[in-house]
Amino acid sequence: MPNETSIEEPMTRDTERAKVTLPEHTDQPKPVADGGGVIETKAMSVYYGDFRAVADVSLNFVPNQITALIGPSGCGKSTVLRSLNRMNDLILTARTEGEVLYHGQNIYEDHIDPVEVRRTIGMVFQKPNPFPKSIFDNIAWGAKINDFKGSKSDLDDLVQEALESAALWEEVKDKLDESGYSLSGGQQQRLCIARAIATKPDVILMDEPCSSLDPIATLRIEELMLELKENYSIIIVTHNMQQAARVSDRTAFFNVKLNEQGMRTGRLVEFSPTDQLFTSPTEKDTEDYITGRFG
Amino acid sequence: MSISAPERKVREYFPTEDEYQGLLDKRSRRARLFQLACLLSLMIAVVALATLLYTIVNDSFGLVAVVNERDPEAIVADLGHEPDSVALVDLEFDELVGLLETTVGSGVGRRLERDQRFYDDRLVFESEEEWAEICSSDAPPEGCTAGPRDHSNVYALVLERVVVQDVIAAYDLVPSIFNPSGFEEEIAAGFEAGRFGEYTPDQASVEWRAWFNLNFLRSPQSATPEVAGIRTAILGSAWLVLITVLFSVPVGVGAAIYLVEYAKPTRLNSFIQTNINNLAGVPSIIYGMLGLAVLVRIFEPFTSGAIFTSGVPPAENGRTVLSAGLTLGLLALPVVIISAQEALQAVPDSLRHAGLALGATRWQTVRSQILPVALPGILTGTILAMARAIGETAPLILVGAASFITSDPTGPFSKFTALPIQIFQWTSYPQIEFQKLAAAASIALLLLLLTLNAAAVILRNKYSRRA
Repeated sequence: MPNETSIEEPMTRDTERAKVTLPEHTDQPKPVADGGGVIETKAMSVYYGDFRAVADVSLNFVPNQITALIGPSGCGKSTVLRSLNRMNDLILTARTEGEVLYHGQNIYEDHIDPVEVRRTIGMVFQKPNPFPKSIFDNIAWGAKINDFKGSKSDLDDLVQEALESAALWEEVKDKLDESGYSLSGGQQQRLCIARAIATKPDVILMDEPCSSLDPIATLRIEELMLELKENYSIIIVTHNMQQAARVSDRTAFFNVKLNEQGMRTGRLVEFSPTDQLFTSPTEKDTEDYITGRFG
Repeated sequence: MSISAPERKVREYFPTEDEYQGLLDKRSRRARLFQLACLLSLMIAVVALATLLYTIVNDSFGLVAVVNERDPEAIVADLGHEPDSVALVDLEFDELVGLLETTVGSGVGRRLERDQRFYDDRLVFESEEEWAEICSSDAPPEGCTAGPRDHSNVYALVLERVVVQDVIAAYDLVPSIFNPSGFEEEIAAGFEAGRFGEYTPDQASVEWRAWFNLNFLRSPQSATPEVAGIRTAILGSAWLVLITVLFSVPVGVGAAIYLVEYAKPTRLNSFIQTNINNLAGVPSIIYGMLGLAVLVRIFEPFTSGAIFTSGVPPAENGRTVLSAGLTLGLLALPVVIISAQEALQAVPDSLRHAGLALGATRWQTVRSQILPVALPGILTGTILAMARAIGETAPLILVGAASFITSDPTGPFSKFTALPIQIFQWTSYPQIEFQKLAAAASIALLLLLLTLNAAAVILRNKYSRRA
């Protein structure tokens, strides 16, 4: 299957990265599908049972950029995000139609193992969810379960590197053995980001990562995201329009539309570079939303 | 007030100030009543438990009237000691063995020696040639390999074989303390009524006896209540618990993991779930019937060990400790499954998502993240199930626990008895000594349960702290 190579390829490079010998891995240009995106959705619809939660989403996520998904509650932005690494598979009734292409490979094809997809496309959740283990193990576990082959000191290096990338190293370097729960909320969320980075993903999905954090912790995460986009493609769902405006390069605005049967379905309304979307939106709905007329 | 509140209709729904006071009193009285009712319930429970413990302890200790076939003081005097300063138990090891040598017949003596020899370097009852012969036979007795008897062992033998104690009457603990003279009157009355057969009053002596003692725990079952013990039953119960745990915990936790982590809510799966819940309430005798029909009969080649002994006919039929342990394992299984399910369901989904989002498989997530968090809960449920299994009697009777057995279980294919069986049998004997033994065995059973529960708490705390 020739298509398979496109998803295999970054995995092969990941093995090298796991040895911590190639920290500059992301300087190499990534193979990109025709649309130029690291992930591309084509007419994607997600159903929960008979209910169509989002319809006809066609998006193109540019590598090494931050893409924000915004919109009112229930517009399906989190559903779209979870569809991008098949986390929606965990919801029994969920079903995705259309295509989600990762470097041109549809991740919903039968021969694709969702385990591989999630390893390549990592995720950070709304509420910090560290494992009830030590800070070190929180990071190291992801490497171990992904068949990390390096020595103990390689693992130490990997943990340090991940924590440094997540701007947490200085705060925790003396207490790596303490429980991840002993950290503050903002630190826990950065620990979760470090954990996601440690498995060397290509894309990081963030589902409202700052919604349970105070403004200072939020600022730190935002700064971190701007640093991380050098090496990763980031897709973030946020309720906070200022946040989208501050950090993202491109923004997709979703809205809820009633269909003929009166069912609420989320639809992509507008997708453009962030400054353009916030200064001169082309759609009326977008303008109403960003000027605070609803939502 | 400058602003007057507008008339609010809602006021009319509430009682006036005066009415309110009366109604409040009524409510308070009702609250006190229910608080009292709850306290009463608690007290009933506490009183019931206290009565249980009182009865058991009351029966396990107390005064006894003993008739010795040979007076210990006379024995000591015969050996040339001063009876006032030297008691029977103070005698040297060699003197005790000598007593046995002169008292018991050579047949009994040889049997005792084959069970366990008296000296490392010499034989007392057997001749060297014969000993060598029986030890080189196909089935050498235990005495060929076991170490020699110690002092307390030989002392117990002397009591049993030389002194030959016979407890003719026993008193409970509380009257023994507060009314010891009542016991003597009772004995005197008993002698007058001729209840003690050919014994005369001057043969009988009154002494304290703890029915629950170290020798009781160490001795095997016996038809003589004065020397009967529960070692066989304790070892039987231990084997049962071991087999029950080994079967029900892996199977139960595995089934729970499948149901919680993998199973989709199909009709079949909810049918299975309902049945597991129902099985937890099935009476234990039904499990006993299952064990008898399936494990003892159909699986006899397996449960008797025949298929493992390659052609040699098994010593036992299917009524082995393995059959009984598996029966109890089946009995405990639904409880283990349900408690493990509850423990797994209590683990937040965010941990599952965190694991899966890192590219872990389901199993990796369950193994490393979910199970450790659920472990304390699983342990608690398992121990509760074991506590239920260890006290079960009915299924053991059905699968054929031995009613009288003096040899310890040596493996999964042994015949066995268990503590509750032992208690059940002793309580059915008319002699008062056996009632006392049953009470003492109850203490042992309760202590065993307490040990298990303590182990559970310790394990749980250990694993909880790791998080």
